[in-house]
Amino acid sequence: MVTLNEYLFLSALLFSIGLTGVMVRSNVIVIFMCLELMLSAANLSLVAFSRFGALNGVPVYSAQVLVFFIVTVAAAEVAVGLAIIVAMYRARRSTDVGDMVTMKN
Amino acid sequence: MPQALFYLFAAFAVLGAFGVIVNRNPVSSAFSLIGCFVSIAALFIGLNAYFIGTIQVLVYTGAIMVLFLFIIMLLDLRAEERRPLNLGAVLAGLGTGLTFLVMSSVVIGRFPEGGRGMPELKAVAGSDVHELGRVIFTDFNFPLQIIAVLLVSATVGVVVLCKKELH
Repeated sequence: MVTLNEYLFLSALLFSIGLTGVMVRSNVIVIFMCLELMLSAANLSLVAFSRFGALNGVPVYSAQVLVFFIVTVAAAEVAVGLAIIVAMYRARRSTDVGDMVTMKN
Repeated sequence: MPQALFYLFAAFAVLGAFGVIVNRNPVSSAFSLIGCFVSIAALFIGLNAYFIGTIQVLVYTGAIMVLFLFIIMLLDLRAEERRPLNLGAVLAGLGTGLTFLVMSSVVIGRFPEGGRGMPELKAVAGSDVHELGRVIFTDFNFPLQIIAVLLVSATVGVVVLCKKELH
């Protein structure tokens, strides 16, 4: 039997890998992928809690509805974010965060 | 979910996640992330969340990752691979990630109730889509309408952002 803590640890591990990727990588598109990974890791712990909190043999459906909303918002976020990245590439011919220094000084 | 299957899919998910941050080529990163998402969907199905597992595959790997691959192909990113790694960023990233992992492990370790196994589920006929739909359209009806407005405004925003010049 797999315990709740194993799911929570896996979720924390995936989240920290995503966090590391956001800080290490310099390509905006890969940073965006790491953000999606972090969202998915959070979803994993939500679904694990939904299954763990089952009362009278029925899982907590509110948690799964929250996951559903998170997936929807992530889809909208990706659409807008990728449009911004394409606009940025048009203006600077680059997707590297090192080249975006207009607001630095 | 049997323990062996859990460890198999957990290992695939972690390998895929590592592939995303280790690969220099964005296309390889995207394919690693697809593998990671499919493993997470398998874990969802192992947790008896069949609908969530299905939309994880359909929306994340079917729509979002295809969009990512499309944009990567559209922008020619060959030149980015030759850029040297920023050592400071690598050290800061590893430090932050490890700190987060250690802190959350300590928190999880002090949660003794989580050491129990999952409770038994009542056998239901068919899938969980019926129950989930009932909850969405009764208890969460208002948030659902807000999400609809959000999706429409996101679509309009993308169209505005992609115009060559604004009038």
